[in-house]
This record gives sequence, structure tokens and C-alpha cells, in this order.
Amino acid sequence: MTLQTAMSTTGVAPSGADRVSRREPSAVLRMSEAEAAEIGGDPDDPGDDELVLLNMGPSHPSTHGVLRLMLELSGETVLRSKPVIGYLHTGMEKTGENLTYLQGGTNVTRMDYASPLFNELAFSLATERLLGIEAPERATWIRMLMCELNRVSSHLLFMATNGMDLGAVSMMIYGWREREEVLRFFEKVTGLRMNHNYIRPGGVAADLPADWRADVSELIELIEPRLDEYDTLLTGQPIWRERLQGVGIISAAEAVALGATGPILRGAGMAWDLRRDEPYLFYDQVDFDVIVGTHGDCYDRYAIRLNEIRESLRIVSQIIDAMPSGDYRTQDKKVTPPPRARIDESMEALIHHFKIFTEGFKVPPGEAYAAVESPRGELGVYLVSDGTSVPYRVHVRAPSFVNLQTLPHLMQDGLIADGVAIISSVDPIMGEVDR
Amino acid sequence: MTERYGAPVGDGRPSRGQAVIHPSPSQWLDVAAAARADGFDQLVDLTAVDYLTYGADRSLPEGVQPERFEVVASLMSHARRERLRMRVQVSADDPALPTLFDLWPGSESLEREVYDMFGIAFEGHPDLSRILMPEDWPGNPLRKDYDSGRIPVQFKAASNVR
Repeated sequence: MTLQTAMSTTGVAPSGADRVSRREPSAVLRMSEAEAAEIGGDPDDPGDDELVLLNMGPSHPSTHGVLRLMLELSGETVLRSKPVIGYLHTGMEKTGENLTYLQGGTNVTRMDYASPLFNELAFSLATERLLGIEAPERATWIRMLMCELNRVSSHLLFMATNGMDLGAVSMMIYGWREREEVLRFFEKVTGLRMNHNYIRPGGVAADLPADWRADVSELIELIEPRLDEYDTLLTGQPIWRERLQGVGIISAAEAVALGATGPILRGAGMAWDLRRDEPYLFYDQVDFDVIVGTHGDCYDRYAIRLNEIRESLRIVSQIIDAMPSGDYRTQDKKVTPPPRARIDESMEALIHHFKIFTEGFKVPPGEAYAAVESPRGELGVYLVSDGTSVPYRVHVRAPSFVNLQTLPHLMQDGLIADGVAIISSVDPIMGEVDR
Repeated sequence: MTERYGAPVGDGRPSRGQAVIHPSPSQWLDVAAAARADGFDQLVDLTAVDYLTYGADRSLPEGVQPERFEVVASLMSHARRERLRMRVQVSADDPALPTLFDLWPGSESLEREVYDMFGIAFEGHPDLSRILMPEDWPGNPLRKDYDSGRIPVQFKAASNVR
């Protein structure tokens, strides 16, 4: 088979939402690895045709983990492309069918490892929906506090890697530096920098430390002026704008059609944020703005994430004032073990404690879906219970997995170098793509 | 029995109040198209469940024949801020459904994942191939009769040392 016959359509770029219809020449390269290997041939002798198939990744510094892209190139221009994924697939949904609802958090938290608390939150909300219980007020506020700080750390990580991908290496150092301060607070609260297993069905694992208000205020005071420094360093800088503006454009209609959520959808001008549009936790009790772009390009996606850090800090400072006293986990004895002191006094309490951590608590049969706005978009967990203490099916709707579908459309007719900026602006976390 | 877009509406109890409809496989495309026309502009999620070893009552509405597989699609209407879940029964003998690609191109990866993990074919899909497992992988890992420890891990191109 020659390259020409395998690619029946050349990469003509129609515009608008029609682009994603199959009747138009697509941006997506739909070709198996076997086919690609067959027509690949001798790389030193491209033959008569001018189209070249190039593999980028899976181990490439700008592909954020193990994302591999098959690119169909004409010179430096990307015509069609195909993200090849699965290199990090470890069957986490299958593993989830063997872990109790209490252990499930340790599994899902490792999916989107840059924002682990959101995975735990979606899993806990789905479990609580099945159980028909609600976390106490203080637990809900703690969840909001931790998640918003996690959004800050995740977006700081994006700022760092985005800077690195585009050659602004000082941004990489600054991003990691500030993120580490947030992780230090996480370590103090949960015991771990990442993969916390802190948010659990029924509440959170432990109460906040006594001096948390001072710690969080310090964080806000530290990060806010640094954001202004990033603005000076990058936002107005001509080289930065030149690299990002007008690169990787997507319209709102295309983004919706492709299932994109989060900063990609908002960057295209659609004000859609589950925190505002489908309020969960106590997001209806705090003030914040949904940041929206206009052009749907890499620059908008960058600006959205930068400003979302500001909004998250705004929410965090409201939580400092709003935090009530009370329980940090539900007093429903079905899911919460007895207090430590009771175990010394009561045999029944000891048995109860033992049962919860070995056998787990039983969840009534049925199915439930819970979605939260993670830093990357809609993170949903679909749970099916058969009435035992282990979920029958755990499905995670990972935002990065679905968002990756926009990549060929964003990259079409751009240069390879722009491709690096585009991958970075989609901000995929391969752990949750492959699960 | 209440219906929506011609498909029976699920009892709210097992779904914890979330809106669910149960189209039959032959209705699948028509019901999806009606929902799309009614403002459900985004396919948020599509997955499947293998009910092979399910011990509890399925609680399906009257007239819906339970089958081994169930494909679950979550739709979102941004204008109305409303969600709708479609659950369709897929038989084990002929695990196939028409694709939703023409209504929501975003179904492409999600249907490939279900094909990969459950072996359910989506007729008319532009690129029905494995997405997470290697292309030459045997079996469908998320099926309930697929034992995760059954198949020894063999990496491609690695010589067999034993």
C-alpha cells in the first residue's frame, strides 16, 4: 500500500463545526499502527509523495508523560494526526471492582495525579449518593478548601510545564516553586504531598490542623503577588503572545460537539463551569467569576488558567471566614468507625471498627453518577452497586481522555512547533487518560 | 408507563433521582437523535456495564428485557442545565449497537474504549479499533469473565526468554 492510497483524502481544512463531521476531510488520522508501519518504509527515502508520517512520543519531553502522536506532515505542516494512548493503562477501573468503597479512594486518587483530591471528591460524592448520606457542613467546607487549593497547585503545574514547553524555563522553576508551597500544606493536613486519600465517603480523613487559617492566609499572601509577577514575565511579553495567539483555535460549537469541557470549552467562549452551573458542595454560597476566553486559542487557555488561580484564591479566602465548627465526617455509624477512645472501652466498638476496615460498609444496589469541575473539565464517576461492600462497576469519566479528541482539530494546518504549544494548552494528564 | 422520546423512563429509586431512559437497541439511534434535537448538545460520557455476575435486582422498567451488557450514555443540555442518562440493553450473542458518532462526534474515543474493554461493536463508527490495550490484545478486560490474572503480560517485541 502506498502512502497516497492509505490517505484517501489530503488534509484540506474546512472551517467551523463541519470540520468534525465525517463527510468533510477529517483532521483525525484514522490509521492503525500496523498500517502505519507498513507504509512507513525507509525514512531516508520518502519516495515521490511529499506526505510524511512522523511519530512524536510516547517519550517526548513535550508530550507530558506517555502521549504518542502520529502526525501526517507536509513539510513542517501538520495535516492529520492521531493521539495514540494506552501506554499508562493499568486497568484501574478493573482494580476498582476489587476494592471496597473505603479503599476505592486510594485507587482513583492516582488517576489524575496532578489533582488527586478531585478524583477522591467525585468518587466520594457518587458513593454518598448511593448511600443516601451527606457529609456534615464542616467536612463540605474542608473539601472545598482542599479542592480549590488543589486547583491552584494543578494550574501552577500547568503554568510551569506550559512555560517549559515554550522555552520560558524560568516559569518552570517558579511554577514548581509555588506549587510546592501548596503541597506542603497538603502534606501537613493529609500526611502526603500527592495521592492523599483524604476525601472519603462520609467526610474527610482528618480534621484540619489547629493553625490552618494562618497557613492558608500565608499561602494566599505568597501566591497572589507571584501571579502578578507571572503576568509581567509572560502575559504581556511579545514572544509569549506570538507563540500562543491564534495558535490552536477551536470554536465553541466544535468543542461542545467533541465533548470538551473545562478550560478548552471556556477558552472557546462558552461560560460553563459545573461549580456555577450545577452547584455541588457549597459553591452556591461563595462569590467567584467564571473566566471565559474569546478566541479559543492557546493564549486564551493560558489566560483562563492563570486567572482561575486568582478566582480559586478568592474562594479560599472566603472559606477561611465561612468555615464552621463541627464534625469533619458523618456520624452515620454505618460508614464511620467509632472514635479511638471507645475502642479501648467497648468490645462492640472494636468489632465495629474491624468490620468497617476489613469487610467495608454495604451500599444499597443501584447506580449513580457524580460530576465535579476538575482543573481539566468535568470529572465524573459512574458507580454501579450490587448491594455488597465492593462496587460492581467503577467508571471514571476522565476530562483529559475526552479533551484529547480536540487535539487533531487544534493541530490541523499548524506547524509542528505549534503542536508543542497546543499539547501543552490541552494539559492532558496521562494517568487519567489511560487509567 | 411514562415515556420520553419514545423510550421508557426509569424508576428514580435505583438511580437516586437522576433522569434515566431505557431505549431498546432498535430505538437507540432514534431516541438519541430526538434527545439531540431537543437540546442535549453534548455527549458527556459513554460507558458500559457487564451484568454477568450481578446478584441484585436490576430494577428495569416494565417491558425492558435485561441483557448481559448495558451501554450507558450521559447527555448534557447546556441551555437547560439538564442531564439525561440513556441505558440500553445489549445482548451477549450479538454485542453491537449503532454508533452515535454522527450525532455527537465526541463519542469517537468513548465508543472505542467500550469496544476495547467490552467487545461491543459500534456499527458505522469511523475507526473502531482498540484504544487503551495494544492492537493485537486478545480479550476484553472489563468483561466480568475476564480474569485479570489469567493472561501473562507479554510486551511487544520482547523476546521470550523462557
